[in-house]
Amino acid sequence: MKKSICLYFQVHQPARLRLYRFFDIGKDSHYYDDYTDRTILKRIAQKCYLPMNKILLDAIKKQKGKFKVAFSITGTTLEQFDRYAPEVIDSFRALAKTGCVEFLCETYYHSLASLASQAEFEHQVLKHKAAIKEYFGVEPKAFRNTELIYSDSIGAQVHEMGFDTILTEGARHIMGWKSPDYVYNNDFKPEQKVLLRDYALSDDIAFRFSNRDWNEWPLTAEKFVGWMEAKEGEVFNLFMDYETFGEHQSAESGLFDFMAALPAIALGSGFEFQTPSEVAATHDSVGDISIPQPVSWADEERDVTAWLGNELQQESFNKLYSLQEKLSILDDATLWADYGRLQASDHLYYMCTKFFSDGEIHQRFNPYNTPYEAFINYMNVLSDFIIRVNNAIAEKQ
Amino acid sequence: MKVLMFGWEFPPHIAGGLGTACEGIVKGLAHNGVETLFVMPSASGDEDQSATTILNASDVAVANVSETVDEFINKVKFFYVDSNLVPYVDPEEYFDAIEKMRRESSTQTTVGFGQKFKFSGKYGANLMEEVARYAQVGGTIAMQHKDEFDLIHAHDWLTYLAGIAAKELTGKPLVVHVHATSYDRGDEKHMDSRVLEIEKRGMMAADRVVTVSYLTRNIVINKYGIDPAKVVTVHNAVDFSGRENISVERGVRDKVVTFLGRITFQKGPEYFIEAAAKVLKRTKNVRFVMAGSGDMMNRAIRQVARLGISDRFHFTGFLRGQEVQEMFALSDVYIMPSVSEPFGISPLEAMRSNVPSIISYQSGAAEVLKYALKVDFWDVDAMADDIYALLSYPALADFATKQGFDEVNELKWNGATAKLKEVYESILNQ
Repeated sequence: MKKSICLYFQVHQPARLRLYRFFDIGKDSHYYDDYTDRTILKRIAQKCYLPMNKILLDAIKKQKGKFKVAFSITGTTLEQFDRYAPEVIDSFRALAKTGCVEFLCETYYHSLASLASQAEFEHQVLKHKAAIKEYFGVEPKAFRNTELIYSDSIGAQVHEMGFDTILTEGARHIMGWKSPDYVYNNDFKPEQKVLLRDYALSDDIAFRFSNRDWNEWPLTAEKFVGWMEAKEGEVFNLFMDYETFGEHQSAESGLFDFMAALPAIALGSGFEFQTPSEVAATHDSVGDISIPQPVSWADEERDVTAWLGNELQQESFNKLYSLQEKLSILDDATLWADYGRLQASDHLYYMCTKFFSDGEIHQRFNPYNTPYEAFINYMNVLSDFIIRVNNAIAEKQ
Repeated sequence: MKVLMFGWEFPPHIAGGLGTACEGIVKGLAHNGVETLFVMPSASGDEDQSATTILNASDVAVANVSETVDEFINKVKFFYVDSNLVPYVDPEEYFDAIEKMRRESSTQTTVGFGQKFKFSGKYGANLMEEVARYAQVGGTIAMQHKDEFDLIHAHDWLTYLAGIAAKELTGKPLVVHVHATSYDRGDEKHMDSRVLEIEKRGMMAADRVVTVSYLTRNIVINKYGIDPAKVVTVHNAVDFSGRENISVERGVRDKVVTFLGRITFQKGPEYFIEAAAKVLKRTKNVRFVMAGSGDMMNRAIRQVARLGISDRFHFTGFLRGQEVQEMFALSDVYIMPSVSEPFGISPLEAMRSNVPSIISYQSGAAEVLKYALKVDFWDVDAMADDIYALLSYPALADFATKQGFDEVNELKWNGATAKLKEVYESILNQ
C-alpha cells in the first residue's frame, strides 16, 4: 500500500470588534470593525487565497486528479468573502468542481462551543454543514473542531452528529510513544476514525519554512518528500492555516514554488494524496487513542489555555455562555448572529497572557496592545449584548 | 501687599491639579487686594494674566554672580543630580503628565543658552536638574524685583529651592504651600530621599507652612518634625465660574456608580471593587465604572474578573476634557475611597454636577464636605451600605445631591485666600 499525504488547510477570519467604549453601552449595538475586516480580507485574498487556489487548481489539473487537498472554511469567513471578495468564493467553487477537494465541517463561528454547551455546539455544526452545502454543493463528511480541539467525549458528540472522521493534533505529549502517522479510532466510539496532525512536518512548512536560522533552511520539495520517505507511517497529515501561504510566510520565501513542486515530486516518489475522508475509508485503525482532556493545535502546551488560561478569559467565556438558556427561547436572527460572532475563539485569544513562549504568534494577529484592553473592549460589547437579550426576553413575556 | 509666588505650571498648559489651584489662589488674592508676581519655569504666553503678572524663568538670564549667590549656588549644587538618574516624578501628576508627554512627544531636554536656561516646565527625566536650576533663576528674579514684593510664596517641593534662594538673597519672609507630601505618594520604603530632603528643607526654612488640609498638617508636623506653631491649614477651593452642567443621553437604564482618578494604590481602587461586589450581591440594577488609568489598572481588571462581576463593572481608560463632564453626567453616585489624599478636588466636581458622593475619612476634602457620605477607606461594608442606600433611597440621594451642590458652590477661593492673606499679615506684623 502506498503511503498517503493528507493536506488540510484552515481558512478563518473573525468578525473583529471595533473600539467599543462604556459610553456606547445601551446606545449603539454595532460591534464590528467592518473597515478592518474588509481591509485585511482583501489583502489576504490578493496575497494568499487567490494565488494559492490557482496553484492548487493547476496542480490538480496537471496531475489529472491525483493531487488532493481539504479545506475548512468558517461561516464568518464565507460571509466576509460574500461581502468583500466574492471572487474568492468563485475560485473555491472551481476547486470544488474538480472533485479532488474535500470541504470539512466545523463550528460556523469558529467557536469554543464544544467546551461550553452541547446544544450550541450542535447548532453551530449544523449551521456550518448547511452553509458548505449551499456554497459548494457538497455535504461535509469529516469534521475538524475549532483549533483542532478534541477529546474522547467531543469526538463522541461529533460522531452522534454523523461524522465518522475527525481531525486533531498529534503532538508528542498527546501521543506518547504512538506515532501520529497512522489512523486511530475514538476511545468511546470505535467507529470514528481519528486523524492526527504530524506536528513536525506541518510546522516545517507553517512555521519554519522561511526561518534562515533553521539548519534545514532552505527547504525544498525534494528534501521534504525525502523526509517522508524515510519516516515510518501510513499517512502524513499536514494540517495548517491556509494563511500560511503568502501571509504568515511571504511569497518571497519561495513557499508558493515549494507547494507547486510538491505534488509531482511526491507522486513521483510513490506517495498518493488523499482527502481526510479517503484516508479514513482506506486505512484501518491501528488502535484506540484515549484523550480524556481537551487538546488543540495551539501553543507549546497543545491544550485550551490559549483561550481559557487566565481569569479574564474564563470570566468572559462564562458570562457569554450563561446567556445560552435565555437565547434558546428567542428567535431573533440578529441576536443569534451577534451571539455567534461573539463566540469566535479569536476574542479570547486576544486576552491571552502567555506572552513569553508564544507571544510572537499571539501578538502578530492581535489588534489590541494588551490582554487587558482586549478584555475591557469585549466586556463592554458583551454588556450591551446582555442588555439586548434581557430586553428581548422582557418583551416576549 | 505684594507677593512673589513660585509655581511650576499655570493654566491652560497643565498636567495636574497644582496649576489649577495656583490660578484659583492668585485670582482669589487679587480679589482680596493682594498683588502677585507669579514665576513659572516655562510660560507659554497664553496664560490669563488678569489677576497676576507672570514671569517666565526661561526668559531670565542669571545676573552677575555675586559672592552671596555663588555661595548659594554651592549650597544648591548639593542637590544637583545627574540627569541620567531615574527621575523622581511626582505621582500626583505622573500619569497625566506621562500621557501628555507621549501625546505631544515633547523633548524634555534643558538647554543652557548662555546664562539663560530653557525650562521644559514638565515632569521629565531631568526634573531634579530643572528644580535646581529653577532655584538659581528664582534667586536672580527675586533680586531683580526685590523692591516689588513683601513676601515669597512657594508651591510644592518643585519650587521650594527657588523660594529658599529668594529668601536668602532678599531677606523677605517665605511661605511654603504643601499640596502633597511624599507620604501621600507611597510607603516610606519607596520614597525618593532627594524629594523628601527638599520638602523638609523648604518647610524648615519657611516662616509659615500652609497645608491644604488638617490631614496634611498632621503629616507635616509628625513626619517632617515641623513646629506646629508655624503650620496653618487653608483648605482648597474650586472655581466653577463659567461652568454649565451638561446633560448626556444615558445608554443604560441602571444606576451608575463612578470612581474617577488615577488607578494607583493611593486612590484605593481595590476597596471600591470589593464594595461593588458586595452591592451586586444584593441588587442587580447597578453598574460600576472605574474611569482613569494607572499602575494598578491591570490588577484591578483581574480582581474584577476574579469576582465574576465584569459584565457590571466597566473600565473606560483615561478620560480627557469633556469626557470627564460626560462621565459625571452619567453617574448616580461618585466615590473616592482614597487611602491618603491631601485634599481631593474630584468629589467637589462630582457634587457640583449633582452627583452625591462618598469619600474616605482619609482625604482632606472630608474635612470640609459636610454633605458627602464618609467612610474609612478600608471599611468596604460601610462603603457598600452607603452605595446601596444612595441607590435605593431617593430621599437620601436627593438630599445629598441638593445640599452638596449648594455646599461646593460656597467653597470659593475668595474665602480661602482671605485666610491666606491673614497668614501673610501675621508674618509681616511680627
